Amino acid sequence: MPIEPQITPSAPRHLLVALTIVAATALAACAPQAVRPAAATTAVAAPWLERLTYGLNSSTLAEYQRLGRAAYLDAQLADRPAPLPEAVERQIDGLEITRAEPARLLEDVNAEYKRINAMPDGPDKEQARKALNERGNRLAYEAARRHLLRAIYSPAQLREQMDWFWLNHFSVHLYKANVRWLVADYDEHAIRPHVFGRFRELLMATLTHPAMLQYLDNAQNAGGHVNENYARELMELHTLGVDGGYTQADVQALARILTGVGINAGAAPKLKAEWQPLYRRAGAFEFNPARHDFGEKRFLGQTFEGRGYAEVERAVELLVHQPACARFVSRRIALYFVSDDPPPQLVERMAKTFQATDGDIGAVLRTMLSSPEFEASLGAKFKDPTHYVVASLRLAYDGRTIVNTHPIVNWLNALGEPLWGRQTPDGYPLTEAGWASSGQISRRFEIAKAIANGSAGLFEPEDGSGGAAGGFPQLASRVYYDAFEPRLSAPTRQALERATSQVEWNTFLLASPEFNYR
Amino acid sequence: MNRRELLAFAAALPALTCAGRLIAAPRSPARFLLVFLRGGYDCVNLLVPYSSPYYYEARPRIAIARPQAGSASGAVALDADWALAAAVRESIGPLYERGEAAFIPFAGTDDVSRSHFETQDSLELGQPIAGARDFRSGFLSRLAAVLNGAAPIAFTDSLPLVFRGNTEIPNISLKALGKPAFDARQADILQAMYAGHHLRAAVADGLELRQEVARTMEDEMLAANRGAVTTKGFELEAARIGHLMREQYNLGFVDVGGWDTHVNEGGAQGPLATNLENLGRGLRTFADTLGAEWKNTVVVVVSEFGRTFRENGNAGTDHGHGSVYWVLGGSLKGGRVAGAQQRVTAATLFQDRDYPVLNDYRAVLAGLFRRLWGLSPSPLERVFPSTEPTDLGLV
Repeated sequence: MPIEPQITPSAPRHLLVALTIVAATALAACAPQAVRPAAATTAVAAPWLERLTYGLNSSTLAEYQRLGRAAYLDAQLADRPAPLPEAVERQIDGLEITRAEPARLLEDVNAEYKRINAMPDGPDKEQARKALNERGNRLAYEAARRHLLRAIYSPAQLREQMDWFWLNHFSVHLYKANVRWLVADYDEHAIRPHVFGRFRELLMATLTHPAMLQYLDNAQNAGGHVNENYARELMELHTLGVDGGYTQADVQALARILTGVGINAGAAPKLKAEWQPLYRRAGAFEFNPARHDFGEKRFLGQTFEGRGYAEVERAVELLVHQPACARFVSRRIALYFVSDDPPPQLVERMAKTFQATDGDIGAVLRTMLSSPEFEASLGAKFKDPTHYVVASLRLAYDGRTIVNTHPIVNWLNALGEPLWGRQTPDGYPLTEAGWASSGQISRRFEIAKAIANGSAGLFEPEDGSGGAAGGFPQLASRVYYDAFEPRLSAPTRQALERATSQVEWNTFLLASPEFNYR
Repeated sequence: MNRRELLAFAAALPALTCAGRLIAAPRSPARFLLVFLRGGYDCVNLLVPYSSPYYYEARPRIAIARPQAGSASGAVALDADWALAAAVRESIGPLYERGEAAFIPFAGTDDVSRSHFETQDSLELGQPIAGARDFRSGFLSRLAAVLNGAAPIAFTDSLPLVFRGNTEIPNISLKALGKPAFDARQADILQAMYAGHHLRAAVADGLELRQEVARTMEDEMLAANRGAVTTKGFELEAARIGHLMREQYNLGFVDVGGWDTHVNEGGAQGPLATNLENLGRGLRTFADTLGAEWKNTVVVVVSEFGRTFRENGNAGTDHGHGSVYWVLGGSLKGGRVAGAQQRVTAATLFQDRDYPVLNDYRAVLAGLFRRLWGLSPSPLERVFPSTEPTDLGLV
């Protein structure tokens, strides 16, 4: 479609003048000799950095310029925590989830349910039930708040993306049973410690977490009352993939192996003497031999004698060593980081690394990130809502600390990708097709406008204590001029030129194809 | 935004429409809307089996009283066995009398997991229950693919499973609408950025839909000016859906939540009755909004499963199996309770718990689609593989 240059008297010219002043001011603030070469490096490195991080901001660019590509990649892959800006750390320290113990929480919740159920029907009972749910929802909100603050502000940007990726791979749904009380701990203790670690340990951490056991019903899976839900998803979604070569008989066998793996937030059960050594307990996780099916099973071609929890460990060992597991997990990572249709030879090399390193996720990532296929794919991956919103905020509020994350949670809700909001166990889509429907795109443009006009209240403290007024963000920043401007297409430039206000200009930039891909 | 601005907005539409793909006029006048009640609605308290003494025995606190002959309120007898709950008496009752409504009891899927997620997925995918599921292939998407001139749309936030497939299907939620975020000039600029891009059509569709909806809102304002009652909730949403389906779309989907009544669901009055009343009013508004096109339109209301026949300890009901589907349409041969039926007794409950499924939803819908669009066996097989259509003679 040919673009007719629109003749709107004076407004764009005013804007250009204004932008030039902004740019000049930004440049003047820097050491004159350092600026241009660094800017040139930035323009070249920007697509790579946009994929490696949630999106560009000035501290990411500065770190890259300081370290160079190789050392920056090493730092991103380093399996150690990176300090958050102090003002962000303070917010997280103040959250209730920072102190809450899941086993204690579950105990409290169970006791409260018991109390409520014993109450006579009526408004008091409804009120108590509502209050309990609201408290659970608040804890889940805090978990989302912590996750989002880290995504926006942590220098360990690859780690934060992997945290989201694994949460999504081992997806749980907030509104099932008591999951809302558990998601904070699930993120912090089941997922985060293992994002670059061994896949087997990550898998075991999810298998023994009450959030997963509740979400996929294994807490109800017992000898004689077998529930296959978790066993099936464990193979289909977590390890082998639906074409991973297992049968319905394997699902049934794994379900029987998993009998007795459940939750207990109260006292240990009274067990027969011979079962006592087989009992396992860690926090709210429990393996109860009295609920286990000790019969013999055939699983993935091997015979499993009835040995209790040792069967579970052996089954997991068997699963993670299947070539199908290496391929499936590698392909999922490549779907998220490389392409909607990952090159098979890249997936194959990643799978080889997976097998050669006993499932070392960091090593698999390094294989992928250093590949020519990764390099060739830059700029062509559609941002899912989380990437989109976080990238927008990193650019728009570069260097400012957001103190109210409610608008961000609302935007992710509106865009259909709230944390722990996926009902089905398959996790959110990792491809463009899941996010680029017409309704989703127009909604995204509306969110772009909301971010662009700065009126959402991101800087008004959540406790209502007042605070800095927003004002619209200055997206036409040095990061923009160094990292985005050189890459814009002609239609995007023309659109930006037609903007009649800074807010409109911000909106168009955030809505542009360039900003919607990474 | 005032009315003049809205009118100016509408005037700018034709130019925008040319950029998108929404101009294709449907080739068959038939329109179909699927309404999904998510949560498993308690069908037994909608279509009341009043001839069954066991119904009154099993639901001491929440049963709906037997219809009274000649009474203008309360449940209304549809035949010697079934009565329609008073909650939908005003909205759906007249449609039923005119033959524009029918109910299919003992309808549902062959998924017996009694899990919301599982069964919703099963229903939306419409694939045989045994075998691997393809989560990228919902049955309405397959229907859109076999129809000549389908103009599908989902009235939901994201694309529901039922519409997932190979072709792009537009979606927009009509629940809560602010004024459009962009005026015509801004929409034009946004579209221009995607001029040579593969998302061009999706961007154009999305922005145009918002404008189309703005026109609907203008109609609402005009209606309000004529002193019409203010609508809200599902009724408002249904009016907007009716407008879009009258003007542009012939294959729609919408979901309505709030049916998972485990606790204190009520009987003739209460939370369930209120939900049913809102639903009934919304569907009636939808029918009225379609105007002359109502005669070409069929609505089917489904839910993932029914609920336990007996009330539970909390004066509610738990997850069950067979449901009651609604079929509405301006040219329907309705006014009856359709499909295979059986006596409702303690002995005939499925697994001593809930309604059995005697009318498989795929067979019923396949039969309906066959009539509605004159589909031959091969496209029908694509929509619902391995399904023998059941013809209930409703259309």
